[in-house]
Amino acid sequence: MKNLKRKIHFRINLKSKHLLAVMTLFCVSCIVATFASGAATAPLQEAAGLVVVPFEKSINRIGQLLSVTRQSLKDKQELISANEELQNQIDNLTQQNNKLIQDQGELLRLRELYKLDAEYADYPKVAARIISKDPGNWYDTFMINKGSNDGIRVDNNVIAGKGLVGIVTEVGPGWATVRSIIDDSSSVSAMTVSTSDNCVITGDLELIDEGKLRFEQLYDQENKVTAGERIVTSNISEKYVEGLFIGYVNDVEQDSNNLTKTGTIVTPVDFQHLKDVFVITVNKQDSIQQEASSEE
Amino acid sequence: MKSKIVWFITIIICFLLQCTILNLISIGSITPNLMLILTVSMGLMRGRKMGLWTGFFSGLLVDLFYGSLFGFYALIYMYIGFFSGYAHRIYYDDDIKVPMVLAAVGDILYNFAVYGLQFLLRGRLGLHTYLFRIILPEAAYTVFLTLIVYRVFRFINYRFMDIARKESESMWVIK
Repeated sequence: MKNLKRKIHFRINLKSKHLLAVMTLFCVSCIVATFASGAATAPLQEAAGLVVVPFEKSINRIGQLLSVTRQSLKDKQELISANEELQNQIDNLTQQNNKLIQDQGELLRLRELYKLDAEYADYPKVAARIISKDPGNWYDTFMINKGSNDGIRVDNNVIAGKGLVGIVTEVGPGWATVRSIIDDSSSVSAMTVSTSDNCVITGDLELIDEGKLRFEQLYDQENKVTAGERIVTSNISEKYVEGLFIGYVNDVEQDSNNLTKTGTIVTPVDFQHLKDVFVITVNKQDSIQQEASSEE
Repeated sequence: MKSKIVWFITIIICFLLQCTILNLISIGSITPNLMLILTVSMGLMRGRKMGLWTGFFSGLLVDLFYGSLFGFYALIYMYIGFFSGYAHRIYYDDDIKVPMVLAAVGDILYNFAVYGLQFLLRGRLGLHTYLFRIILPEAAYTVFLTLIVYRVFRFINYRFMDIARKESESMWVIK
């Protein structure tokens, strides 16, 4: 009986260096497994998300409250002068607004006439709030407070008011992680608006401070692409829906092969102070499949 | 058992703080590395094995939510925890200078590992930029944060966790 008890209470007691070797082997095999086959860690992620995400959401809410109280403590004098200024602005704006309403009616009419719907006003979108950022300084990924419960899926495109922000890489029931386009490992297939030349936009950590992105492999024999050219996601991109605005060309350089060009792009999105984003809940692959099935 | 629970909760809280609050206090988009401080201080206060496990679980959390390769950060943090565990045998943990030096060295090693394995292999050669833009500022900020949080970790260790038997690992004591 005593022997049996001893057997049951047998504990694995490894020396620390052996433990290190075992765990190293475990980690390396995990890395190799995800690298080689993209083995899914989704169940683990979901379990961990269940624990972590609610806390992150509440911490984020507390942060918001703090910023609200800080703002409410603003100087009274400042507020009075601001109020006066705003009153003037209201007068100006009502005038402008009247004019704009007229213009709007005209626009609507013209749109119907020309059937010119704004390209991405149609995509179904979900608004989401950023609740946490990745812990290191090397990459630029963040987590949002909406997930598969709100119809978000992997490879959904993410935009903010003015342009493309990134793409959903992982998704859980109440959260999703987004890799932004300024992330060093991101690349987007894009094209110029005026000439429809294709190029590849890559994030570059060395340019992040200037709020710029790099573009490569732009084939532009006639030298039509100049600074100020608008860049949007291309029609041949596999994961990004067509026509999302990325940024303006900042400078262009001829490559040493004399065929292609590289350069930098300025993005209109302020990635440093990004808080709210929109997730487009349609994937590029869906629209392709839909078209295929409707043709049949 | 109780010390294990406290230990685990500490790791999770550190991860939460790292992803939320620390981004708010970042200077020039550089965030200090709280999880590394936790790993290093656990290694210093409780020895190699504990440093190893702390590093492993901290890294695993990062991998789960933000990593592209599962197990990569776990591996790096694990080694840092393990090697800082050697300091447990040599130094007493009541001197703030030891964890500061450990955090500085650990953070620089950690960043060099990330750069070498994930950036250099993709042909990003601008080490000079990365060194002065990310690695050194992060190390400095992390050391500064160590000054504040090491006392908290030490308090948690002595107040809520079992006493780590220093003698059992010490090579100076004849068993």
